[in-house]
Amino acid sequence: MAKDILKVEKLERIFRVGSEDVHALRGISFSITEGEFVSIMGTSGSGKSTLLNILGCLDTPSAGDYIIDGVSIKDLSKNELSTLRNRKIGFVFQNYNLLARTTAIENVELPLFYNNSVPAKERRERAEAALKLVGLENRMEHMPNQLSGGQQQRVAIARALVNDPVILLADEATGNLDTRTSYEIMSLFQDLHSQGKTIAFVTHEPDIATFTTRKIKLRDGQIIEDAPIDTQSAAEALAALNLQKED
Amino acid sequence: MNIGNLIKIAISSLFRNKMRTALTMLGIVIGIASVIAMVSIGQASTQSVRGELSSMGSNMIMIMPARQNRGGVDMGMSSSKSLDNKDLEALTKNTRYVAAVSPVVSSNKQLIYGNNNHSCSINGVSAAFLEIRKYELKEGVMFTDEDVKRYNKVCVIGQTVVDKLFTNGENPIGKTIRFGSIPMTVIGVLAEKGQSGMGDDQDDIVFAPYTTIQKRFLGITYFNMMYASATSEEESELAATEITYILRSTHGIKSGDKDDFDIRTQEELVSTISSITGLMTTLLAAIASISLVVGGIGIMNIMYVTVTERTKEIGLRMAIGAHNRDIKLQFLCESVILSLIGGVIGIIFGLIISYVASKLLNMPFVVSEMAIVASFFVCALTGIFFGWYPAKKAANMDPISALRYE
Repeated sequence: MAKDILKVEKLERIFRVGSEDVHALRGISFSITEGEFVSIMGTSGSGKSTLLNILGCLDTPSAGDYIIDGVSIKDLSKNELSTLRNRKIGFVFQNYNLLARTTAIENVELPLFYNNSVPAKERRERAEAALKLVGLENRMEHMPNQLSGGQQQRVAIARALVNDPVILLADEATGNLDTRTSYEIMSLFQDLHSQGKTIAFVTHEPDIATFTTRKIKLRDGQIIEDAPIDTQSAAEALAALNLQKED
Repeated sequence: MNIGNLIKIAISSLFRNKMRTALTMLGIVIGIASVIAMVSIGQASTQSVRGELSSMGSNMIMIMPARQNRGGVDMGMSSSKSLDNKDLEALTKNTRYVAAVSPVVSSNKQLIYGNNNHSCSINGVSAAFLEIRKYELKEGVMFTDEDVKRYNKVCVIGQTVVDKLFTNGENPIGKTIRFGSIPMTVIGVLAEKGQSGMGDDQDDIVFAPYTTIQKRFLGITYFNMMYASATSEEESELAATEITYILRSTHGIKSGDKDDFDIRTQEELVSTISSITGLMTTLLAAIASISLVVGGIGIMNIMYVTVTERTKEIGLRMAIGAHNRDIKLQFLCESVILSLIGGVIGIIFGLIISYVASKLLNMPFVVSEMAIVASFFVCALTGIFFGWYPAKKAANMDPISALRYE
């Protein structure tokens, strides 16, 4: 049996707004095993962002436990959480979050700057390899404003991959892209998945979720659906889109 | 994160916004440049004042007869006739700290040459006088001890006198000037000395052997005063003591009685003027350092804006694993680099300004290493001090809200 990459148990997160307690997460339990491509769905206010923040070690649960790659984050300090994010997690954001006026390769190198065990030469090599993996070997010295939205997101994905994380966390990674580019990005995620990467993909678009292998649906801080799905190929969807255009 | 990476990140961040970086630096550049320039100009003026003093002869000692008081009536300065040849001889021999002595006998006469006339003071001195008062000859020679012995009618004149009497541009050497009715031969012309610290024209002067003035002009045997020079500036107090001792013995003054002469050294004047110019330098530096503080506040202001503007970047850096400390050090590093580069440019500008000022004001160009080293440290401190709060603000951000910041 494949090993658990992450596991949450009875996860709760309570925010205090004024004098009221808001239960963003009300006891969620699930685990993601190595090589899964999970989509986390839900409408706004369903708690999916809160869940993602906790999965990304940016936030800590009010109750319950979260174990990532065998490490429980319950008793970790802020700095230990930072290190954990640096070594084990790759983030892909909706708005790419690339540094402006900084070349693609420098953007990709960034996480390795915060890892002292990676020397400068290796940093460069790994960043180049990551950019190759997302198909941007010809755009390494380009600035973000010289790249299209899809290309910027690819740079961001390369940046998420460069530290060889145990899991990629994508937060509405296709939210700013048109359908066609979204399919291209999903096709890239599927490629990465087929190479053995574990991916958690937060989205509210049902058609994007069909490209994943498992769907977790949240509502009001609780899981209402958790099931494997009939995975569509993003490459085929893209081809179909191209056909439509020709008609 | 290691320090090399830190500096690399800080520098690339600064480069990403060149215009703002340059403008922020400008505050520090102006601050440091003005401190360096002010200190350097202050020190240069101290030096030039000191130089002027020593051109008057900073080891010079003045010996004057004491003021006399006859029946309760003050007879004015130098009214007694207590200094004479006996004293001169005693001071010329057997002294250890006195390098040279010259008597001064003054007279005022109308100088006449051809159609021109000019009134000025004629000083009877000995040959040593030029050295004591730091006069130099431009042309010709100074009269000798032989001329003094023989009451020769020779004189050495200053440039102003030359200009007044020899209006046709003749060479004055060898010409004869009438001093009232007495003809004297010009044997030397003094190099120009310009105005003294007190504002009088030091070139409007005539020197002749003191014996000539005593015998041929005034018919007296005493001196109006005497000038001596100590072997060095530091020894002028010792020399003054020595002179006092010698004069008391030649005048036969019993111990307990008052001196019948006054001795003045330049020491006091030098120390007073030095302390004034020193104070001025400090004052200038203090005013200039205000602009440095303003520059520092400029850095703080910009760093605050930068931190707010780069909230998203900070959130991202935290998300990909930067510790709070890394963020703080990054911003601190940026402000320190900013102020150090500004400081170096400021030092260069300061030196240029003080060089130009020294040329314009005709003063020596003084580089104060102390000011340079100090301002470099002040820059680093400014960077740390004014960068600290913005950096702390950045480091304390919550990564989740920072990432969401629009």
